[in-house]
Amino acid sequence: MSHYSGQLINLLAAVLLLLSFAMLGQRRILSLINLFMAQGAVLCASTATVALVTGQKHLYWSALITLVLKVLLLPWILHRLIRRLNVKWDIETLFNIPTTMLIGIVLVIFSFNLALPISELAGTVSRSTVGIAMASVMLSFLMMITRSKAVPQVIGFLAMENGLFFAATSATYGMPMVVELGIALDVLVGMVILGVFFFQIREQFDSLDIRHLEQLKED
Amino acid sequence: MHSIDWLLLLITAWLLIGLAGLIAQRNLAWVGKTLYPLGVLVGLALAGVALMAIDNKPEALVLPLGLPDLPFHLRLDALSAMFLVLLGGTAAGISIFASGYLRKGEGTAPGLQSLEYHIFLASMALVLLADDAYAFMVAWESMALSSFFLVTSDHRKPEIRHAGYLYLLIAHVGAISILLCFGVLQSSAGMGATNGVADYTFAHMRATGHDAFWGSAAFGLALFGFGAKAGLLPLHVWLPEAHPAAPSPVSAMMSGVMLKTAIYGVLRVSFDLLHQPLWWWGVAVLALGLLSALFGAIFSAVQSDMKRLLAYSSIENIGLLFVGIGLALTFQSFGMITLTALALTAVLYHCLNHAAFKSLLFLCTGSVLHATRERSLGKLGGLIHPMPWVAWLALLGVIASAGLPPLNGFVSEWLLLQAFLFSPGLPHSYINMLIPVAAAAVALTAALAGYVMVKFFAIVFLGQPREDTISQQAHDAGWLERIGLSWLAALCVLLGVLPVTVIERLDFVVRALLGAGDYTTPGDAAHSGDWLLLAPISADRASYEPLVLLLMISAVVVATFAIVRRFWHGRVRRSAAWDCGFALQTARMQDTAEGFSQPLRQVFEPFYRLKRELPTSFDRAPFYRVVVEDHFWYWLYLPVARCAEFGARLVAFLQRGRIAIYLLYSFLTLIVLLFLVRG
Repeated sequence: MSHYSGQLINLLAAVLLLLSFAMLGQRRILSLINLFMAQGAVLCASTATVALVTGQKHLYWSALITLVLKVLLLPWILHRLIRRLNVKWDIETLFNIPTTMLIGIVLVIFSFNLALPISELAGTVSRSTVGIAMASVMLSFLMMITRSKAVPQVIGFLAMENGLFFAATSATYGMPMVVELGIALDVLVGMVILGVFFFQIREQFDSLDIRHLEQLKED
Repeated sequence: MHSIDWLLLLITAWLLIGLAGLIAQRNLAWVGKTLYPLGVLVGLALAGVALMAIDNKPEALVLPLGLPDLPFHLRLDALSAMFLVLLGGTAAGISIFASGYLRKGEGTAPGLQSLEYHIFLASMALVLLADDAYAFMVAWESMALSSFFLVTSDHRKPEIRHAGYLYLLIAHVGAISILLCFGVLQSSAGMGATNGVADYTFAHMRATGHDAFWGSAAFGLALFGFGAKAGLLPLHVWLPEAHPAAPSPVSAMMSGVMLKTAIYGVLRVSFDLLHQPLWWWGVAVLALGLLSALFGAIFSAVQSDMKRLLAYSSIENIGLLFVGIGLALTFQSFGMITLTALALTAVLYHCLNHAAFKSLLFLCTGSVLHATRERSLGKLGGLIHPMPWVAWLALLGVIASAGLPPLNGFVSEWLLLQAFLFSPGLPHSYINMLIPVAAAAVALTAALAGYVMVKFFAIVFLGQPREDTISQQAHDAGWLERIGLSWLAALCVLLGVLPVTVIERLDFVVRALLGAGDYTTPGDAAHSGDWLLLAPISADRASYEPLVLLLMISAVVVATFAIVRRFWHGRVRRSAAWDCGFALQTARMQDTAEGFSQPLRQVFEPFYRLKRELPTSFDRAPFYRVVVEDHFWYWLYLPVARCAEFGARLVAFLQRGRIAIYLLYSFLTLIVLLFLVRG
């Protein structure tokens, strides 16, 4: 049982990393949101598996929160947003996808190298996945840097939170419930505020391209 | 209840009085005639309680305020008590003056100003009571901020905003330095940790010895930080800007009391917390003090704005105080405790004196300002006729400030010079050679101070009115203002006439600072001798009997008056003075402020940065203008400002305006940090 479940967790982690790469290279905003939803689902599944294996009751709650928030609520908000903002079919011109991918691979290697001592210390079933969790955080960060439209940047931000959450589950069986609830609330509120900002930005510049924000710099 | 509880209660009362000013901000009867007089009572009570407590054992108190695990510690010892007496006594005089001084429509609403003023008073009291670095810094910063708002009361004028900014800037630079000083003291004393929180109490810093390097670092930082607040060279530039900008009671409070909190800080750090001075600290302080004293005297001699003149005179007095502190440190480092006690007594005494006479003079300028709306000496003159009260009380302040017997300024300057006279005993040949030069410089400063005070009094109050309109509308101060001025003048006289009584009280402070040991203090001599005779070391070396001198002076004055009355009265006739054959004389032809100081400007020309515009013989509308500026602006402040601007421009290079770049910065930082952590 434990053997299979370990394999299962590793599989889910691999899928998570794959999804991160997919997001890094995805041009369409709509697909990006769907990928984000998929990532949330994988996260939920892996949390539930860890809970099943270790019998940590609070991880079920974590999985439930993930399900509600990241698979249902946030994607729904995002879908609604892009419909209202009329950017549903927007395509972003990305800066040289193969180069970005190469940088991503370097980051993954770096993360694995970094996670080596941590995963030796951690005594959890999912310890081998710490590296993957860190890699997905870094990839999301990279995604935020390479994007020039506002909505994908926010998705990158949310994906970074996914990576952090995964790191917490895999290294220490999750954070205390209070912290987890707090973070969940933060993400939700952040999303709402950013949604308001989208409208403001578009009203100001007639577009959601954040390159316009460069005009705000003072010389 | 202990004294410290009473003091805490009184400080709270000040805060409450301040808050009560918000009830009816523009109601002068409420703020001026009710709240300020209440503040006076609190000030008097504070001075009384502190005076009673000066010979008590130190009392400590831990307040349930502050951060978790970092409560406010308060402690009342002789040094705090003495400065609290100074604060309470001076504040009483200034508050009663302020209650008559308030007018409608001058900048900040009176109620708000009363709040700032009383917070200022309360925070100064807390600075004096604080017994840990945290409480001290909180009180110190609230003092700086409240005084900043008081200085910029009339904030609609750009030059006042500029002065306030300069003051705030230097105050903050100084505060950073003080904070660092406490940090050094704490870490050099060791953690002393209780439940993992570093111990920032003064008791902890005091308990352990500090090694030479860290002790010197702490002392240097303290000297810089407190020097910035006191106006020690080269951090003096805010004084001549802020004092003319502030309302007169505020100038009086800042010059009379706030500068003394800086002296208190230096004494606290160097004698109480470090308590093992190195000889070169003393010499450094002595040199800086001498420079400040000379600089202040020379610059105040050429001012033509009466409040700037007094501001520079404050720099001079602060310089003298630092000279005394430097001398005391030098003596103490060579183990000559008896002389240390003498120098310290001179310093403490001069603190009291300066508080009394400088606030008196600043308040007098306030009265003149209200009566004439004019600060420039060139337009005043002959005010003794319309304003006799202010003029005669100012005369007392002027005599005290000039250091003439039998008033108070003489006593402390005399004590200081006595301390210099004993310095040949120092076991260090270079210092021995330099000290007489320093003593000569102190004497020169005292003489220049006399010159400045003659100029101040004579140009403002004597002679004939230079502008008719101004002297016609001038009126004497109101009765509340007169009470305030008289109270401070009375303090000047009492401190001058009863030095033995004062020194007996100061003795507790000196002994508390120097600790137990085998030495005699001026207070011992005061105990043993009779109460008339002040003999700091021994009666056959030097002694001073102020009351006898006062009686002699009065007798001579009365006798002269009587003789003149008796023999010359009746033979006096009034007629026009000889006009040198030039019949067209006006009051404008009297000696002006510029004219009076012209010889000094010639003598000390290298010290000034002069800008002179002379008329040529063909000018239709000739005018003469001379602007005296400070070299330090050009040598120190402007280069520093340019460096700061250059640095800011370098940093601005990072600001590209693109979010991706900013994200990249944090990403790279993250990567580098992770890499370092891993390695």
